[in-house]
Amino acid sequence: MVDYPGAASPPFRLSMLIYDRRYRSLTIQAVVFILVMLLASWLIDNTLKNLAIMGKTLSFDFLFRRAGYDIPQQLIPYNSDDTHLRAATVGLLNTLQVSILGCIAATVVGVIVGVLRLSQNWLIARLMTIYVEVFRNIPLLLWILVILAIFTEVMPPPNAYRGESPRASMIMFDLVAPTNRYTAVPAIGLSNPPGTIAIGREGISWALIAFVVVLAGAWLGHRALRKSAKRVQDATGIRPVTWWKVLAMYLVPVLFLTWYFGLHLIPPVLRGFNFADGTNLDNALVVLWLALTLYTGAFIAEIVRGGILAVSKGQTEAAYALGLRPRRTMSLVVLPQALRVIVPPLISQYLNLTKNSSLAIAVGYMDLRGTLGGTTLNQTGREMECMVLMMGVYLLLSLIISGGMNVFNSRVKLRER
Amino acid sequence: MSDTHAQTVAFVRDTMLPPEPPPVSESGAVKWLRENLFSGPLNIALTLLGLFILWLLFSTLWPWLSHSVWNANSMAECREIIAAAHGPDASGGCFAVIKHRWNQFVFGFYPVDLYWRPVLAFGALFLALAPVLFADSPLARRIVTGTAAVLTFAIAAVLGAGGLELAAIAVLLLAWILLIEMRGDLALVATLLYPFLAVWLLWGGTLWEPLMALAGFVIGFVIWRALSAYGMFAFAAAVLAAVLWWLLLSDLVARGIAAILPMRLVPVSSDQFGGFVLSITIGVAGIALSLPLGIVLALARRSDLPIIKTMAVLFIEFIRGVPLITLLFVASLLLNYFMPPGTNFDIILRVIIMVTLFASAYMAEVIRGGLAALPKGQYEAADALGLDYWKAQRLVILPQALKISIPGIVSTFIGMFKDTTLVVFVGLFDPLKAMSDTIRASFEWKGAYWEPYIFVGAIFFILCFGMSRYSMYLERRLKRDHR
Repeated sequence: MVDYPGAASPPFRLSMLIYDRRYRSLTIQAVVFILVMLLASWLIDNTLKNLAIMGKTLSFDFLFRRAGYDIPQQLIPYNSDDTHLRAATVGLLNTLQVSILGCIAATVVGVIVGVLRLSQNWLIARLMTIYVEVFRNIPLLLWILVILAIFTEVMPPPNAYRGESPRASMIMFDLVAPTNRYTAVPAIGLSNPPGTIAIGREGISWALIAFVVVLAGAWLGHRALRKSAKRVQDATGIRPVTWWKVLAMYLVPVLFLTWYFGLHLIPPVLRGFNFADGTNLDNALVVLWLALTLYTGAFIAEIVRGGILAVSKGQTEAAYALGLRPRRTMSLVVLPQALRVIVPPLISQYLNLTKNSSLAIAVGYMDLRGTLGGTTLNQTGREMECMVLMMGVYLLLSLIISGGMNVFNSRVKLRER
Repeated sequence: MSDTHAQTVAFVRDTMLPPEPPPVSESGAVKWLRENLFSGPLNIALTLLGLFILWLLFSTLWPWLSHSVWNANSMAECREIIAAAHGPDASGGCFAVIKHRWNQFVFGFYPVDLYWRPVLAFGALFLALAPVLFADSPLARRIVTGTAAVLTFAIAAVLGAGGLELAAIAVLLLAWILLIEMRGDLALVATLLYPFLAVWLLWGGTLWEPLMALAGFVIGFVIWRALSAYGMFAFAAAVLAAVLWWLLLSDLVARGIAAILPMRLVPVSSDQFGGFVLSITIGVAGIALSLPLGIVLALARRSDLPIIKTMAVLFIEFIRGVPLITLLFVASLLLNYFMPPGTNFDIILRVIIMVTLFASAYMAEVIRGGLAALPKGQYEAADALGLDYWKAQRLVILPQALKISIPGIVSTFIGMFKDTTLVVFVGLFDPLKAMSDTIRASFEWKGAYWEPYIFVGAIFFILCFGMSRYSMYLERRLKRDHR
């Protein structure tokens, strides 16, 4: 519908609300909006009536009352005298812990498998295809249950590692001992501890802060070095050799700190019937982590494979024609383009993994759903408040992750004419 | 030339030599092995690694599998049989548990003498789907419908359906196949009627209840067609009439007709559902409902109307931002809060609603991707032809956008079907966890860990892998390459 300048626009009539395309969209939106609002008010009205019948009011006071239950896995100090809020925080941290561990391991598995699936080697390519298809087409819950069964049924009890001729032996250079109750892994020890800084009831070691600061500094230095190398290359056409400077920038301070604080691994040692000295990881965490890793790894493998295949062969050939070596072709031409395809679905897999970590319910890992949406909910009977809070927190996590994805997307977006 | 050298050259070959076979290393299996397994040091290392993995898998799994027992009545009996056959230290699978508890895995706690009903519902599903899935390959369609019909009848007979029921099954299946073969267009109507038939078969009760629910759609459709001259009013009137029918009249009418002509099947309550009957019921219902809802949401999200777009975005992002488990808990704990006091509706229905909402948000994103991938020229061409919004979507945009999004749609289906196992956490008996726990809780099958998991995993694998292969077939069939 074109408006001719000078043509007198017809006077507004009510029927134009329906027949005139300029006004009709307003009518439709107004009607839909009113209908949705009516539905929402009906739902809220029902909820309030139901709550009134049950004699409940909406209130978040329970968060500040004594929780009264124990949580076996905790990253910050917690005991049953703490509040429900602290219990929920412990749960949230557990969710984050297994999600972050899972994302890292799943990426490693996925990249390796995805690349191997494209390998020339027939046998390995087939094996990886089988892995991917089997894990993608069977529910995650089954993998969690199977790995749980492996840990509870097949793994030896801690005392099987005892004696002159033990029935079980530790793996990974005698550093890790999987048992049917926990997995004993080495702990990190400092022989010259610099003391801690107290934040709330939690102490953070100065050593950790020093490492973080040093690594951040090295990263900034690395960036500056890359920039100056690029400047030199743009000016002279010769790229200065930087790899040993970069290596030194990261390694020297880290090695110095390691030596200064006396950083070392304390392997788990069997004392009596149990392992001591090291860290005994709860099997709930290990099982959930392994299952999430293997399951998500299969999806990531497909994403990586698809991303590499998406870069057309002409790009590689063009790079060869320019005289680039295979390694530089990979790092300068193929990977940057493949990453643009890989990263968005990769991040949505991270999102899925984080949400799937709520299957912790199957292994008794106390994540956010286990604390806030589980024991707290059952003890206080505040379904509405607990569920709203829990969904809100998960929503926030997802928004943060997808916000990160949007930032990445806008940075690597193809700038077209 | 031959003249010049006729005297100087002692020998001139006048026929071609027969071609020599290529060297052994350049042909056949040896060449293949050299190229694919041993082409360089890295490749050799990978091959050895692969062989090692294979050997590891084989050496752990094969003894266990090869010792498996298929006929026993308890775990202890299994162990005795294995110890007698392979020595006291041997371990082996006891797949007898699958055989012994087969019905429980498949039907849950469904009444034994009514097993033919879910079987018929499942068999009829293939008859309903075949005209849609295999629209242009009659051979595949006939194979699928024929196999489904024969198997349904045979299984129903084996499971002890009565003579009258068997006759009804045979008549129904035969009539349906004839309909598909003779009148393909009417078969699509039968496909639309299938959900109501399936609900009646699965839950029982009187036929008139699902029929009256169907009548609401028919009334709405008739009013919409009759008033089609009035555009938007017709649609609003149709929706209003259907809603009024469902809220006020349908129950009354159903009860009235049922009093005269009962058409009753023995009712089965939702807590008797379990095993694969439950999974497939929720999965199929979720799949069937989430696709249309997803399309509507995707269109709403790409719409020019800001309010509608905002609402679609909020809905989709909210659903995609929370885990399915929390939504299932909402279904089991909170959904009754949202309804008028005193209503208490079926847990399976509540779960289906939540699973549908969950899947439809993902579906919307997949379809939105398809819509965005469509060149702008298609939209402009549809506008240039003078098509209105819905006609343009229906005739030009959606067929192409849906075709692009087939892989995504099917992987959403697969994801949703796998997620049906999560219903165990709201107290339903899924085949994976609840059923195997129930079976392990019995005295005779205590300690049967691996066998139920392997069995259920294999079934899920077959169904999901089948779906993904079908999507590849569909992609190939619909491919219109512009070379």
